[in-house]
Amino acid sequence: MSRYSPEEKVKLARHPERPGTADFIDALFTDFFEQRGDRLCGEDGSIFGGIARFHGRPVTVLGHRKGKNLEENLTCNFGMPSPEGYRKAQRLMRQAEKFSRPIITFVDTPGAYPGREAEERGQGEAIAQCLALMSTLEVPIISVITGEGGSGGALALAVANRVLMLEHAVYSVLSPEGFASILWKDSARAGEACGVMKLTAQDLRRGGIVQGVLREPKEGAHTDWQAAFRTVDAALTHELAALDKLKGPALARQRYDMFRVMGQNLAPAGREEP
Amino acid sequence: MNQTFSRRRDRLLTYRAMREGKITSSRRTGCSACGEESPQLEWDRNLQVCPRCGFHAPVGAYYRLSNILDPGSFQELEEKLSPADPLAFPGYPVKLSELEQSTGLKDAAVAALGKIDGRRAVFAVLDSRFLMGSMGTAVGEKVTRAAEYAARKKLPLIIFSASGGARMQEGIFSLMQMAKTAAAVQRFQSGGGLYISCFTHPTTGGVTASFASLGDITLAEPGALIGFAGPRVIEQTIKEQLPEGFQRAEYLLDHGFLDRIVPRSEWRAVLSQLLALHEKGGRP
Repeated sequence: MSRYSPEEKVKLARHPERPGTADFIDALFTDFFEQRGDRLCGEDGSIFGGIARFHGRPVTVLGHRKGKNLEENLTCNFGMPSPEGYRKAQRLMRQAEKFSRPIITFVDTPGAYPGREAEERGQGEAIAQCLALMSTLEVPIISVITGEGGSGGALALAVANRVLMLEHAVYSVLSPEGFASILWKDSARAGEACGVMKLTAQDLRRGGIVQGVLREPKEGAHTDWQAAFRTVDAALTHELAALDKLKGPALARQRYDMFRVMGQNLAPAGREEP
Repeated sequence: MNQTFSRRRDRLLTYRAMREGKITSSRRTGCSACGEESPQLEWDRNLQVCPRCGFHAPVGAYYRLSNILDPGSFQELEEKLSPADPLAFPGYPVKLSELEQSTGLKDAAVAALGKIDGRRAVFAVLDSRFLMGSMGTAVGEKVTRAAEYAARKKLPLIIFSASGGARMQEGIFSLMQMAKTAAAVQRFQSGGGLYISCFTHPTTGGVTASFASLGDITLAEPGALIGFAGPRVIEQTIKEQLPEGFQRAEYLLDHGFLDRIVPRSEWRAVLSQLLALHEKGGRP
């Protein structure tokens, strides 16, 4: 039914000219004030965010940033965050709750950085804390997967009340290369992996993992940024209005319940309690 | 009293193993860490810790619990919970039933109610014999239900992790178990519950990056490999060799991510002390 195969979608999702987090922030928000640093030990350019207005209303907006040229790529570590990035994200999101600002996240990462320092500073702990924190926040959270949603590094910014995906974005447990390498000991079978992983927006919508698929222009978001911006803007406006009807605790509850049932219906159980 | 117990248990284990033909008195077993062989009897007496080098060999979930819980206090929870095949992944159902045959487990986690020195707690233990203890929907669901059960009964929660991370064969549904389990232990803890997370060898990926890293108290077995990315992936990424002891429990202790390293023979005593320090499950 889709114009592109899963393998082609992975290529589109990684297209270097696809609009990224910084582009969406620039186009959809006004008055952006960037916030930097985790207040613990460092600043990580691969997570970009701050305070801004969305149609006049203050929000906290953040996301993975890959960078547009080699110099930016290096500052942003190609969109692969370190623990500092995830802890900065936690700081921004906690602050959003304090000031009752909705949170909007843009997800576009190959995954969290697998590096020596990242491990020494607790990559696993940093991601885990993001997941735990996001599950409790009493403000609306909307995530948009704009490109690559790679593994736990992506999920760490996507525990939202609504998870939306651009039509040709992908979201998966691991990169297709990593998946093929683990299961078949052969990363060259990545193409085949794309086929079985159910990583397209359409598959994920059917599986109840994402709540909305946002149509992309013509041959993909990279061919018409303005059209992509209009679509995302309309979707965010619509979802935010819907979430505004829920009070704080109800927002946290709705989010918790949404993730609570993922995989639950797949694993039947006998409930006999001692 | 305890010594008598453990001697009796050793003897029973040995007799049973000999009866089943698994060991003869002369059987020796090699250590995958130091390569030295030791008599199986010594391994058994040493709780499957290498008598030569102290390597803590991975052990099954039931075995681990049998060494920690008060005799007769074990009550399994959610034992019927079975895995699913959400991606219709080629060969996966066959693999699952083969593993069920060989390990007696439905999936890689066991949940139980048990007592240590008379104090009740809820346990969840991952078992690395089952697809490296990887977390698919059944493991995520079991850990979540263990946390929910502990919350309802106002009991402490103790989780032993041993996992290669997310279960590839269940794709994105495995990934979502990270969010689900992290949220569940977080909710349990904000209700005042005590959660003790115990890392065992090896624990990586999505388990490290979710419930296992969220303990009020975080402990690990000596030498356990604990990390997000595996050491091979890191070496391939940074193109340099990693330092000696990288991602081992001792390394994590030095970097501030553990409260204490607990040798296998001391789990019962350490957990008993912590449970006693948190009477009523930590609630006032």
